Amino acid sequence: MNNAEIDRQWTTRLRRRVEGKLPPEKLLPDTQPSYVASWIYVFGVATLASLGVVIATGCILALRGPQWWHGSPYGHFVNSLHLWSVEIFFFTMVIHLWGKFAMAAWRGGRTLTWMTGVITFLTSIAAAFTGYASQSNFDSQWITTQAKDGINATGAGAYFNVLNLGQMLMWHIVLLPIAAVLLTALHVLMVRIKGVVPPFEDSASPARESLPVSE
Amino acid sequence: MSTRTRGFRPDVDAPEWKGGHSPYDIIKEGTIALLVIALLTLLLAVIFGSPDESAITIKKWSNADPIDFATTALSELNGTSTTATYGAPYNHNGPSQHIGPLQLAKWVGVRIPINTAQDFVLNPLGVLPNQPVLDTALKTWKRANATTKSAWLNAYTNASTKMTFVNGNVLVKTSTSGPVPVMINDLTMMARSGALDQDLLNGNGFYTTDYTEPLLFLSDGQYLGNLATEQHLSGDQWGMMNETGNYPGQSWLWLYTFWYQIPPFNTSASGDALVWGVMMLLSAVLLFVPLIPGLRSIPRRLKIYRLIWREHYRDSAGSP
Repeated sequence: MNNAEIDRQWTTRLRRRVEGKLPPEKLLPDTQPSYVASWIYVFGVATLASLGVVIATGCILALRGPQWWHGSPYGHFVNSLHLWSVEIFFFTMVIHLWGKFAMAAWRGGRTLTWMTGVITFLTSIAAAFTGYASQSNFDSQWITTQAKDGINATGAGAYFNVLNLGQMLMWHIVLLPIAAVLLTALHVLMVRIKGVVPPFEDSASPARESLPVSE
Repeated sequence: MSTRTRGFRPDVDAPEWKGGHSPYDIIKEGTIALLVIALLTLLLAVIFGSPDESAITIKKWSNADPIDFATTALSELNGTSTTATYGAPYNHNGPSQHIGPLQLAKWVGVRIPINTAQDFVLNPLGVLPNQPVLDTALKTWKRANATTKSAWLNAYTNASTKMTFVNGNVLVKTSTSGPVPVMINDLTMMARSGALDQDLLNGNGFYTTDYTEPLLFLSDGQYLGNLATEQHLSGDQWGMMNETGNYPGQSWLWLYTFWYQIPPFNTSASGDALVWGVMMLLSAVLLFVPLIPGLRSIPRRLKIYRLIWREHYRDSAGSP
């Protein structure tokens, strides 16, 4: 066996890179810095948990098709679960976002972590909107006929036709959930790689003069 | 690799943590969070449920308010409806919205072509079987030149201010409107039977999921908008973030909705384009906050972090 050849393999190089960036103790930590002691941290994991409930309830709705919930009390109840999990998802995500803003959580090389979080937030808004557009009831009629003007004004309406139920449903149950889940996974992995941002230095403590920077 | 030192930037750099660590069971935390959120969702769903107002059909609209339907049908035929004068992406008949010199919709062009007279009135009427009077009216319409059609439409439009609906028929007192009275009346009959709903959907054959045409037709009338206003859904009622009943709706769109309440957004003909422009700019600012001097200093200056990390700062102050 030629070790040099194995070392050059894409698989070997990728595995080593992942092992270096994200060793098991970082991916599944059993300790955390002692400053991670605030209720604000709960909203990150609560956002993830509510995303899980959103996906689970959406999958149940998908089993019986888009019209099921209009005629079945059970289907309507699953729709209610889906709706309220979405409301909780956004509530927790917005508090998580502003909590992270208050901590300036982008510090210490975490700019991409912040950015993936913001993009996930914007993607989630689009996912929720397409859900409202796909309800096939009075709400979706009104929401889509109003929203078309905004989206048409950007030029996107020529390709993203909110009045096309089939297109909105596909975006809602396939494209945007995939994007949201992948972005969330990327965001969480970045948090695990970089760790939770440390507190600002206390003004009472001696000011740091300089910071070593590797190039 | 070389190493150099530079000044510590408190809004960009983070001090290296050299303090202690606490036990942390990430799997247990995730499991508990999932259970709590699932239970909370269950509780809210049981208590509040979810809204499901039935969709409005063209049949329902034309039976509930036949005058509004017939008036809207006339506006589709004479080219004065909102859709007929929309511009891109539906047709070339309107200026389209713009942000200064940026005419994005116009540049992208007409990608969902809609001719309201043809698609909403003439084509549906053309599929009705065994209608000799209507067939004659449609042939008369087809043979006439543009000037004659315009004269008929003007005569009917002027007389339609006194339109009535009697014994299932749309009545307009005019004798100079050519075939237009028959066409409008028969389209109203077709709508009231439910056949127009089906015909507008069948543009792509037997199977379709595209409701562009019936939704545009519906939204050109007053009926849908009046129902929405009753449900506090119109734009000046913060309707973008509401839904029927007392449900929270898309409350996360509050900022997007806010702009529609104030000038120049609620007075400009390009209000939608302006609101989208502002929201895209604000979204970009949020995205790039870490890179924008001044903005990225706000958290440090606000000092809300002292509340979040109060235990850390209390312990730091107490340590020797």
